[in-house]
Amino acid sequence: MSFNKLSVSALALMAVSATAAAARDEIRVVGSSTVFPYSQAAAEQFGNVSDFPAPIVESTGTGGGMQIFCGGIGEAFSDLTGASRAMKASEYELCVSNGVTDITEVQIGSDGLSIAVSRDSEFNWDLTKTQLYLGLAAEVMVDGAMVANPYMKWSDIDASLPDAAILAYGPPPTSGTRDAFVELAIVEGCLEIPEIEAKGDDWAEENCARLRSDGPFIEAGENDNLIVQRLQSDANALGIFGYSFLFENQDTLKAVDIGGVTPSFDTIESGDYGISRPLFFYVKNAHRGVIPGLQEFIEEYTSEEAMGPGGYLSERGMVPLGDAKRATMQGNAANAVSMPAK
Amino acid sequence: MTDITPEQAGSGSSHSATELVRKSLARRNRKQRVLQGFGIAAIFFALSMLVILIGSLISTGYPAFTQTHVELEVYVDPDEVNPDNLSRGSYDEMIAVSMGAYFPGVDMTDRTAAREVTQILSSGAQLLLRERVIADPSLIGQTVNIKVPASDNFDQLNKGLVKRDTPERLRRVDDAAIERFDTLNEAGIISTPLNTRLVTNADSRFPELAGLKGAIIGSFWALLTCFVISFPIGIGAAIYLEEFAPKNRLSDIIEININNLAAVPSVVFGLLALAVFLGWFGMPRSAPLVGGITLALMTLPTIIIATRAALKAVPPSIREAALGVGASKQQVVFHHVLPLAMPGILTGTIIGLAQALGETAPLLLIGMNAFITSAPSGPFDSATALPTQIFIWADSPERGFVSRTSAAILVLLTFLISMNAIAIYLRQKFERKW
Repeated sequence: MSFNKLSVSALALMAVSATAAAARDEIRVVGSSTVFPYSQAAAEQFGNVSDFPAPIVESTGTGGGMQIFCGGIGEAFSDLTGASRAMKASEYELCVSNGVTDITEVQIGSDGLSIAVSRDSEFNWDLTKTQLYLGLAAEVMVDGAMVANPYMKWSDIDASLPDAAILAYGPPPTSGTRDAFVELAIVEGCLEIPEIEAKGDDWAEENCARLRSDGPFIEAGENDNLIVQRLQSDANALGIFGYSFLFENQDTLKAVDIGGVTPSFDTIESGDYGISRPLFFYVKNAHRGVIPGLQEFIEEYTSEEAMGPGGYLSERGMVPLGDAKRATMQGNAANAVSMPAK
Repeated sequence: MTDITPEQAGSGSSHSATELVRKSLARRNRKQRVLQGFGIAAIFFALSMLVILIGSLISTGYPAFTQTHVELEVYVDPDEVNPDNLSRGSYDEMIAVSMGAYFPGVDMTDRTAAREVTQILSSGAQLLLRERVIADPSLIGQTVNIKVPASDNFDQLNKGLVKRDTPERLRRVDDAAIERFDTLNEAGIISTPLNTRLVTNADSRFPELAGLKGAIIGSFWALLTCFVISFPIGIGAAIYLEEFAPKNRLSDIIEININNLAAVPSVVFGLLALAVFLGWFGMPRSAPLVGGITLALMTLPTIIIATRAALKAVPPSIREAALGVGASKQQVVFHHVLPLAMPGILTGTIIGLAQALGETAPLLLIGMNAFITSAPSGPFDSATALPTQIFIWADSPERGFVSRTSAAILVLLTFLISMNAIAIYLRQKFERKW
């Protein structure tokens, strides 16, 4: 009897608080942990220079952000989501099925994935994508057959590489950084092998994309600072993370060149550096004019002071777009140009 | 007397028993010493781990308790501020002018050169000046003395965390910047006072401006909600189970399940909150209220178990005496048993709340790990909590957040230790021995 009363009062309390969930007057941003620092910067700047409250930014991962963003129209769902890859067709369908049909896609810049080693490492690291694939994939091709990765030292792959054990710390599979690394480095490196190229892209996607789990590749969690710390204690371990972390830690880390190209703002922007990826945010246009300040926030986010060369987003490590593309994106963002159906 | 007397047999066997005991005594003593040794080693190990933990937190965290500041005389130029719209003045220009006074050789009209000089200051400097002027518009046309934080790189340089002997190309601040900083230092305007912003500011992406105010207030609202829900419900459930419930199979099952509930991993409660509170009831994301309700679910079993133990510890003689003078069962509980059990109940509740204060996983799932630059004004506003703030800072690339993360952990530990100290004090002060 006492329990009945208790559960009734608990339910009543919940109902009261649910109805009390007041109308939202701040913008909500979710999405990729890679875009998070940039959304953070734009949000804080917007809070300081405008009369609107600073938007609330949450780091949920690209996929998690899409789930929230595509959940529907209304105050319970976020207005913007950041993504470290383009929206997938399945995610677009989810959006459409929940009534979110009018979406603007804005590319804000690019992010170079960097592979770094401690400054204490005595070798000059320069790897090709194929060597990365041979070092880190679960299965590699030896004499025309796929076998479990036999290489334990970089010098086993190519005698010119450092005589050091293969050891790399990288993000877990839930991370957009991991997706990008596998897609841009491992699978592409795999496809550079003629026998695999002959089998086609789909075959490579299926057979090359798994990273090894026998020790040399270690999942170090979503916390990139943790990877940085581990690299300092092991001179020849590689770490895989966004370029902004390398940029911030240049005094203790050095970059591994990819195919002879060192990552820098210039090489990433020009595309010479082989493993860079575009960064996006998506706007729910139905919320413009409903959530106060959304239009103004989008203009702040895409302003020259933010995403232009030397802007505050590039200070945080983002690589700005070229002039023409940037102008297009700024126009799309301000005028709520809908993205085409996927 | 050919037979051996019983006494002789007895003394013979007792003699051999003594012998046996004497022989085994050394071995048994040794075993005891080994056991004690292991015990001491275990305590030593545990203590040394604690010392290492706290020591490493303090050694990385202490720089965050001070912050490098630059003291400037800024002339609030009436031409740069519109008295009707104080928030739109060119406060950065005024600060640049007053910085320029220390660098006669630098042409402050050249944007890049001016920026190299002003980057010593936090980009929040102009906001501080703006706040001062908005609060007191009579300052327009006067010279204001203002202490502004230095930006993170120079703060790290001043604290020796960016080493001057690192080769220039590997350093975040180049030689020219160090020279400029030293010029200011020689002018005597650099100071390193206590970093009060660590508790008076909300979060920021600039380490020198980031503080824990939002997180502390968010944690306060969440714990208050948690207490308001779990304390009455927990005590009610415990009183019923202990004093009124019939002893049968059903109450046994309930008891076992409450004990099991206390061991459910906290992330499960987070998933439940995500599905039920956010999904079905449509409650706001990141609100301390939702966090508090979730934490209440977690704290309930702890409170119920502690309350039942406290009620059990009240001797039956008290109940019998009260019943004997004609009190009803309800009067016995509320007039006699509950007041006597209160110290134990409060101790259990405070320890349960302390546990809830340090809980991170359920709060991550309901979005209390957002980046929020203002402190919440009520339980419905979006907020972070102390442990989730630590989580966000631990993940930030800026160097200044490394020490701030440790500092935030120390702040959280201080709260936990003081809550536990209150619990111990209450127990010592009010507990009665029967």
